[in-house]
Formats: sequence, structure tokens, C-alpha cells
Amino acid sequence: MISIICYLIVSTIMLCAGIYGFFTRHNLLAMLISVELMLNATDINFAVFNRLLYPNGQEGYFFALFSIAISAAETAIAIAIMINIYRNIRSIQVDKINKMKW
Amino acid sequence: MEITIFIILLPLLSFVFLGLAGKWLSHRAAGLFGTAVLGVVTILSYYTAYTYFTAPRLADGTFATLVPYNFQWLPLFLGAMKFNLGVLLDPISVMMLIVISTVSLMVHIYSFGYMHGERGFQRYYAFLSLFTMSMLGLVVATNIFQMYLFWELVGVSSYLLIGFYFTKAPAVAASKKAFIVTRFADLGFLIGILIYGFYVGTFDFVGPNTSAAVGGAKMIPLALGLMFIGGAGKSAMFPLHIWLPDAMEGPTPVSALIHAATMVVAGVYLVARMFPLFIAFAPNVLHIVAYVAAFTAFYAAAVAIAQTDIKRVLAFSTISQIGFMLVALGVCTSVEPEAGGLGYMAAMFHLFTHAMFKACLFLCAGCIIEQVHSNEMEMMGGMRKYMPITHIAFLFSCLAISGIPPFSGFFSKDEILSACFAFNPIMGWIMTAIAAMTAFYMFRLYYGIFWGKENIEHHTAHKPHEAPATMTIPLIILSVITFFFGWTVSFGHFISPNGKSFDSHLETSVAITSVVIAVLSILIARTMYRNEKQVLADSLQKRFKGLWTAAHHRFYIDEVYQFVTHRIIFGCVSRPIAWFDRHVVDGFFNFLAWSTNALSYQIRGFQSGEIQQYTYVFLIGTLLLILLLIL
Repeated sequence: MISIICYLIVSTIMLCAGIYGFFTRHNLLAMLISVELMLNATDINFAVFNRLLYPNGQEGYFFALFSIAISAAETAIAIAIMINIYRNIRSIQVDKINKMKW
Repeated sequence: MEITIFIILLPLLSFVFLGLAGKWLSHRAAGLFGTAVLGVVTILSYYTAYTYFTAPRLADGTFATLVPYNFQWLPLFLGAMKFNLGVLLDPISVMMLIVISTVSLMVHIYSFGYMHGERGFQRYYAFLSLFTMSMLGLVVATNIFQMYLFWELVGVSSYLLIGFYFTKAPAVAASKKAFIVTRFADLGFLIGILIYGFYVGTFDFVGPNTSAAVGGAKMIPLALGLMFIGGAGKSAMFPLHIWLPDAMEGPTPVSALIHAATMVVAGVYLVARMFPLFIAFAPNVLHIVAYVAAFTAFYAAAVAIAQTDIKRVLAFSTISQIGFMLVALGVCTSVEPEAGGLGYMAAMFHLFTHAMFKACLFLCAGCIIEQVHSNEMEMMGGMRKYMPITHIAFLFSCLAISGIPPFSGFFSKDEILSACFAFNPIMGWIMTAIAAMTAFYMFRLYYGIFWGKENIEHHTAHKPHEAPATMTIPLIILSVITFFFGWTVSFGHFISPNGKSFDSHLETSVAITSVVIAVLSILIARTMYRNEKQVLADSLQKRFKGLWTAAHHRFYIDEVYQFVTHRIIFGCVSRPIAWFDRHVVDGFFNFLAWSTNALSYQIRGFQSGEIQQYTYVFLIGTLLLILLLIL
């Protein structure tokens, strides 16, 4: 039986990697991947807590499934926005997007 | 008598219609519309006067005071005080209706010829209607506040009409001067009204025996004195007269209507309206009015002698004649016509006759000015050959203003002089002397225009000819009134201080003296100014050069005003205040704006627009919150 701690360490590493990536990368696509990493880290947590702490319930799994579905939709929108930005300024670097600043 | 409301509403309608739709009307249509409406108003006024004066008198022998309309316009904050609008008919207001509508109709007809082809013809008629409406509303006011409202309206229409030629700088300056000077005076009027309203408890004209008047008796003299300041402003009493000569920049028919016949007598009408209160509570204030008016009459007559602009001469003679009317009111000591109240009737009588002959004089002057294109007497001379009708009308009016029988001015002036002699012989002699001066300067004007040295060169270049019928018919009508009115109408029968009918009879001694003196003055004027060569006049002018120059410059009153306003008020009061405003008040607000600006500049870095920076802040905030929750 693998300890719950091991799962949590993995998800914490994923979350921190996501945060780090979100802060450091200036490419929109990379930032999106970082966001997805963070989301997946929480999904792991949902599944793990359900499996190991409350084995009789199903809520954690369903919550994870919901989360995956919503993040898929969100990703679709995000990529659509990025494509539009790319068409307009031929770049998806976040610091280049300043047309609507003033 | 409900029909009287239309006397006010019709000119208002005409003003609104001509003012809004005038742009799309032809000159002819606009003029005919304005004149037709005024014609109806005149008929209504005459009808009102006829029914009013033929109605049976009350038991005590007075005419009933009718109030056909009186509705509440504004409730004021002081409980019982309210601001009504309505129509009040009593002998003097009915008489004023006749004066105003007659002169206004004459001016409407005359303007049809005088303003022919002028730009803004429709606007001119619209303003004339506005003025007529306001003046009629003023005289039929049921309370002092309504009077004040219309008083300001006549001021506005006077301003608009003086500045009718708004592209000419002097006209603009004159209209501003008229408005500002009379506004200053009206401040006194307003304060007087408020004091009156506060202490008497109503804005209505109360009789002297009512409890309201007795309750406010202590403050009524002050209120009446302040009201007279307003009246002095409108009626051009010294030292508030300075606007009237300049007002001659307006079109001449306007001068005839507003600045000779109707608006400038509003002050006289005001004093007459408050007359019972003056007599009962403030006889001394009334006598002050008389002294001010007597001085003004003298001053204006002296100035008129040395003017060369014919409209200025007429303007100063108007000031002088209004002085006569106010003197007549001021020397009254009771409301009994036989015992010291004659002046009231004399003033109203003179107001009536003066309105007719002075309007006629101005309209004649308009005819002449239109022919010679100048106001200066030296451009005229010998005009009798070219303009016979104008000549006769002018002569009639000059005889009337000089007080020669049987012209109407003789009768009214005689009553004034009798009233003055009854008050104080010195006052009587002073006024007789001023009447002699009147005769002299009017005939100086008459001989200067119609006889004297003809400006042949100018007249050959533009041969003057008689004015068209639209302009001469009003002259004829006014001269006929001037000729017949004095001895056909028994004025005291209609208007007397106590409302009862009385027969005014000529004081033989006063009449003879004044006629003899007037004839002498006319003869002097004739010897001096009738001939081509005016030796006597020139030598006198040379001998009294200083006096003549001073009189010609109106004794430098305007310069004194200029000095006081520009040097003292502007220099010592306005400039420091302006400096304070510009540097201290504005400076404070500029500092506020500047500091806000500087601060925003310092903190604008927060709004970098860089998303990662925001997320750092967000992360730090979240960590802090977690820390807080853990602890």
C-alpha cells in the first residue's frame, strides 16, 4: 500500500511546477500548459482523497471528472483566443499584447 | 371687463409668433401682423376706457377699482404672502392703457415706413410687441411684485431695442449702459418691495387706512424711498439719467415709444400708484422726490440748450419734462385736489399730453433724420421747404411743450405750475424759469432745423422730401390730439388724487405769467436762431465759452461716472478682488489638481499591464491569507 503522502508529494510538485511555469514563461501556450498542470494536480488530490480516506463515497471521482471536462472547455476557449491574438499580432508572447492597454 | 386680459395676451402672442416665425415671413406680412394686433389692442383699450369711465360712479363719487383677473402665480415662503398676476383697473391704469396703446400703435404704423427694408424688420416688430406687452402689464399690475416683474421686462425690451443695430459699437455700448444703470436702480426698487412686503405683510397696493398699512407705517417711508430709486432709474432722474441720452442710438421710433412716451414715465406712474401711501406716511420722501426732480429738470434743460444732436436735445427735454411730472407729484401735501393735491392730477395730465407731443416730436425727428442721414443740426436748416407736414407737426408739438395755448401742454403745465405755487412760491418761480428754458431750447431746435442756416451743399446732393404717408399719418394724428386734447377734455373729471370728480380751472395769474415768459423765450430763440447769420448766438456762445462747453458735455457727469467706475471701483475694488480670485482661489484649486496629477504619476507603475506581475501580487496575497488562517 503506497502511503497517501507519496501521492500528495507528486501533486504538490505538479502544482509548484505549474505555478513556476505560469510565472516564468511568457509564451501563452506554455502558460496554458502550466495552468493545466495545476488543475491536474488538484484532480489527483480529489481522486486520492476519495480512494484512500473515504472509500465508500464517489464524490471525489465525479468532481475530478467534472474538473477535467471544464478544463477541456476552458482550454478550447484559451486556444481560440490565442489563435486570434496570433492572427492579429503574429505573436503569442504575453508581453507583446499591449494594444488594448491605453 | 374680462376682456382686458387680451390687452396683455395679444401683444404677447404677437411677440411669440413674430419671434419664432418671423424668419419665414416677408417684411410686409410681419409688419402688418404686428400692427394689426396692436390695432386690436388699441381698440380694446379704448373700449375698456369707455366702459370704465362711463360706468356709474360709486356712492362716494369715485370710480370703482376693478380687478377682473387675479390669479396666484407663485406661493411664497412667507405664509400669507403670495405672488399674484392679474389686471387692475383704476383711473390711472386705464389712462395709461390709452397712452401706451395709442403711442404704440402710432409707432407701429410709423415704423412701417421708417424701418422699410431694414435688416431684422421682423425682429424689430417682435420686440415692439414684447415691449408693449410688458408696459401694459406694468400699468395694470395688481400688486407691486407684478409691477416689478413687468418693470424688468420693459428694461429688457428697452435693452433689445436700443441695441437693435447690434453691429454698431455705440448702440451696443448704449444698450449695455441703459441696462446696467437701470438694473442698479432696480436693486433699490427690489429692496424697497421686500421691505414693503415684509412689514406690510402683502405685496398688494394697500390703502393708507388699512390695518396692514398702519402696521407697517414705521418702515413704509424707507420702502417708498427705495422704490423711488428704481423709479428714478427708469425715469432718468439725476444722477441716474446718464443712460437716456445714449439710448438715442436705437431706432428713432423706439426712442419715441420707449424713451419719450411710455417706459420713462414708469417712475412717475410708480409714484402715482403709491401716492396715497406717500401722502399718509411719507410726505417728506415725496418732497425729496420733488427736489430731486426739480434739480433734474433744471439740469436737463440747461444741457438741452447746448446740444447739437437733435435727438439728444429731445432726450434731455424728455428728462426735463419727466422732472416736471415728478415735481408735480412731489409738491402734493394731501389727497384733496383743492388743498394741496392738485399736483397728482397735473402730473398725470402732463404725462398724457407729454406722451403725445413728445412722441410726435421724436417721430418728426425720425422723418428729418431719414432725409438728411444725420442727427446733427448743422446738416439741416431750412427744412420747412422740403417737409411741410413734418414742419407743422413739429411746430405744434413745440408750441405744446412750450406751454402756448390752446395746445395741450399749456393746460397740463399750467396745472403743474399752479401746484408748485401752492406748495411754495420759490418752487413755482423755479419751475416757471425752467419752463421758459424749455420754450427756448425747443424753439432753438425748431429754428435750427426748419429755418436758420441751410446746409445747401448737403441738400443739393440729397434733396430732402416729405416722408411717405405711413410716417406722416401718425404725425398728423398725434398733432391733432396735441391740439385738441387740452381744452376738450376735462381731465380732473377722470383723474384726481381722491378719485372724486373735480373741475380744474386755470389760475389766471400763473397762466398769464407762464405764457408771457414762454412767448418771450420763443422770441429770443427766434431772434437768435431764425436767420442765416446768427450773430447774437455766436457771440453769446463765444462769451460764455466755458459754460457752453460744459453744458455741451452734459456738465461732465458721464466723465465723473467713468472716473468713479473705472478708476475707483475697478481700480481699487475689482482689480484686487480679481487678483485674489486669480491667484489665491484659482491657485488653491490648481495646486489640488497638480498634486493629484503628481501622485498618480508616482503610482502608475502598479498598473503595468503585465500579467505576471499581477499574478505575483495575487500569489503573495494568497500566501499571506493562508499564513493568516494557519496562525
